[in-house]
Amino acid sequence: MFIVVCVKQIPNPDAAFSMLKVDEQSKKVVPAAGLQLVMSPFDEQAVEAALRIRDARGAARITALCVGPESARNVLKHALAMGADDAVLVRDDALEDATSETAALALSRAIAQLGAVDLVLAGRQAADWDAGIAGAGIAELLDFPLVTFARKVDVLERCVRVERVLADGYETLEADLPAVVTVSNELGAARAPSLRETMRAARKPLTVRTASDIGLHAEEIAVMRARRVRERLHVPVKQNCCEIIAGKDEHAQAATLIQRLREARLL
Amino acid sequence: MITAAGKTAVLVIAETRSGEVTPLTLELLGLARELAGPLEGAVAAALVGADPQNADTLIAYGADRVYVCGNRDATQYGGDVWVPMLEELARKTSPSALLCGHTPVGADLAPRLAFRLRSAVAMGCIEVKCGSGKLFFTRPCYGGNVRETVSFTTSPAVATVKAGVGTPAADAARKGEIVQVAAEPLKGRARVIAREVETAGKRLEDAKIVIAGGRGLEGAEGFRVLETLADVLGGSVGSSRVPCDLGWCPPSWQIGLTGKTVTPDLYFAVGISGAGHHMAGCGNAKTIVAINTDPEAAIFREARFGLVGDYRKIVPALASAVAKLKQETQP
Repeated sequence: MFIVVCVKQIPNPDAAFSMLKVDEQSKKVVPAAGLQLVMSPFDEQAVEAALRIRDARGAARITALCVGPESARNVLKHALAMGADDAVLVRDDALEDATSETAALALSRAIAQLGAVDLVLAGRQAADWDAGIAGAGIAELLDFPLVTFARKVDVLERCVRVERVLADGYETLEADLPAVVTVSNELGAARAPSLRETMRAARKPLTVRTASDIGLHAEEIAVMRARRVRERLHVPVKQNCCEIIAGKDEHAQAATLIQRLREARLL
Repeated sequence: MITAAGKTAVLVIAETRSGEVTPLTLELLGLARELAGPLEGAVAAALVGADPQNADTLIAYGADRVYVCGNRDATQYGGDVWVPMLEELARKTSPSALLCGHTPVGADLAPRLAFRLRSAVAMGCIEVKCGSGKLFFTRPCYGGNVRETVSFTTSPAVATVKAGVGTPAADAARKGEIVQVAAEPLKGRARVIAREVETAGKRLEDAKIVIAGGRGLEGAEGFRVLETLADVLGGSVGSSRVPCDLGWCPPSWQIGLTGKTVTPDLYFAVGISGAGHHMAGCGNAKTIVAINTDPEAAIFREARFGLVGDYRKIVPALASAVAKLKQETQP
């Protein structure tokens, strides 16, 4: 069983939003100095899903794969400390600020090069751009079956069984291997790296590849990137018009609120 | 056979539930009609496998042409069945835009179609505008704190659109064409083997009044308190992400970026801080009432009315006041 987990490095989504600056000129989000860069939480849960499969089967090779800058080594080290066996960083100036479509292209080439992959796992979306495109893109570019929004992933004899989150419940699917599965937050919390695994992680292989190493040409990246153009990036303006309803006790507050709601014809 | 009469401006992928066209699909048709004018083309809708009588509904709400694809077995979404069918339809109709709802169906389907059609996709759009023949899609990102507007150099521009963007408008007198599209029965590589419904009864997305709880409820029993208010108001109970992840309520109650998008007339946010990723799912509610112990909580910047205090006292007080009001107003 060979599992590849795609992980992305993003600015810590739990940090205060004031730690990010939106540069409307360059249409980029600029993290403040000192803002921690972390693995996208949905990807962390994808690593967790891979580890649970290995725990259940007793054996599986898990490779963490990332397209990102040199600093993204840290999220791969985190994946290794969680329990992944090895890691690959695709680092290339041509892939800087890659669009979701471009990242999917690079990830699919890197996966194809790893050879004989049984299962590709990724977060349902990255918690920075919130797009949710890369997983589907990898499946389409590799012509693998795809199951999105998994809350449970089990590998059976020749297929993967997935519980997929729906609007009013969930459905169970079985997909032929090799397959791509994207993991949703309903999977549950990812494990924290143990001291033992963190020590071991230092000795696990982390390989760096350029675009040309994975057979990806600069023109291909440029063509894919050009499909979608970011025209504008801005922070929405909020109008503060909240009326705070006070009162001597909760019954007085409730009475005033109900009066207001009736005036607004909401009750 | 697919006729090529008239340029297709927008292709809307219809979704049905229990045999009926979903409200979000009708909103998409309203949006498509708005865009069809400046794009100088027709509005087409794709109805996969579903009841052909729904085609009349799609026409009444704005479709000039409805493509009824495949047989009845295909009604329930399966990516491996829908994607090739709709890929072929998109190739033959070459629309400028292909719109899906931002639902578990649309969010699975849209990116796959975009890659097959060698185009790109904008996910979770909250605004779609046409300017000088070009389409602009605006979507929230960075947990709902930032807005990104994108355009496409390739065609079709594929997008998933959230609830509350388009306005449905029915006209029973509208005329349209219904085109049957035969499809080879396909065996999917990913097969649905079971489906489990966890939330019976009223759907959160259709509720006029939603009472949502967050981390501030401090436990599952908090939702029982919210249910008392929901009962007297005839509303539905929802949640921010934290209670779902902690198992205080079913995951299907989640409202926000990774959950549902709701657009009720009245939204109670109880013990919810008001983080961007939650507001991405309820920001289009007409009126938000915030109940929170922390007067500095971000939710008070989003709400129309705010009550500072303990929900364990305020919510039951509201419930009994509403019940009393009902008694007084009922004959």
